[in-house]
Amino acid sequence: MSDQEVAPAFTAGQHVQVKTGDPPGHIRTPTFLRGKSGVIEQLHGVYRNPEDLAFGGQGFPKMPLYLVRFSQTEVWDNYDGSPKDSVLADIYQHWLEPGAE
Amino acid sequence: MTEEHDHSGNPPQPDEDRLAATEFEILERALRELLIEKGVFTADDIRIAVEAMDRKDPANGSKVVAHAWVDDAYRARLLDDSKAAIEELGIDVGPAPNLVVLENTATLQHVVVCTLCSCYPRTLLGMPPSWYKSREYRGRVVVEPRAVLREFGTELADDVEIKVVDSTADMRYLVLPARPDGTDGLSEAELADLVTRDSLIGVTQPNAPSGG
Repeated sequence: MSDQEVAPAFTAGQHVQVKTGDPPGHIRTPTFLRGKSGVIEQLHGVYRNPEDLAFGGQGFPKMPLYLVRFSQTEVWDNYDGSPKDSVLADIYQHWLEPGAE
Repeated sequence: MTEEHDHSGNPPQPDEDRLAATEFEILERALRELLIEKGVFTADDIRIAVEAMDRKDPANGSKVVAHAWVDDAYRARLLDDSKAAIEELGIDVGPAPNLVVLENTATLQHVVVCTLCSCYPRTLLGMPPSWYKSREYRGRVVVEPRAVLREFGTELADDVEIKVVDSTADMRYLVLPARPDGTDGLSEAELADLVTRDSLIGVTQPNAPSGG
């Protein structure tokens, strides 16, 4: 893997936790998912980092982007629907850390 | 036009272009005028680009869905490599971000949103409806998807699983709705007529075939 591209650290089915924090800038990680636990649904590929692209940068190194599934009952305290329901979002690797099963 | 004509006592709605321009509108205008003046592009080039975007139509999505309903091998290719499969049908999706097709079934309903802004598969479906960009839809559909779908007239049984997909980054999502019952005898073109824009976003089901 070149220094222009970060290697994927997670695989489908792995439990992850979204990092917390509220840095300034063009952040593509929705606030409502920060700190939440989810499961990697799939790796989409590696993409130029939008947090850098938004400010005139070239977006390197490219970052792995995942579709991550969160149980609705994990995201909202009073979720009114099936316990099977989920919300999925595209999250870049640098916003994820290994989570507990 | 006079301001004094009668509105039955109702206040006239202000014209959009009489509201003060935002900072971004002023910035866009200044940049556009400079680039035209420097000969980077012409006003005509801009109009052509806008017209090309306006020509994109949800009918492209309907065509893709109808073909997937009648051809299992195509459906498999569509779910595996959506952009390539869409281009197979002669639809130009241009230099688009990657497209992902999400398959609905009798027990699984996908609904697409962009909570951060208004990401939408524009290169395939054209411009998003205004409700899709509204704060109301973006804020509520991730919290109470069943209530929002009910407002679209979509009643889901309690045992149907809902997956709300938030297109927050480089992927654009298109829903492949489940084929409605009672459509066995329909042609591909008749099937495409049942597929509405909203069913491609996942907030409704395709139309039922008309009786007969």
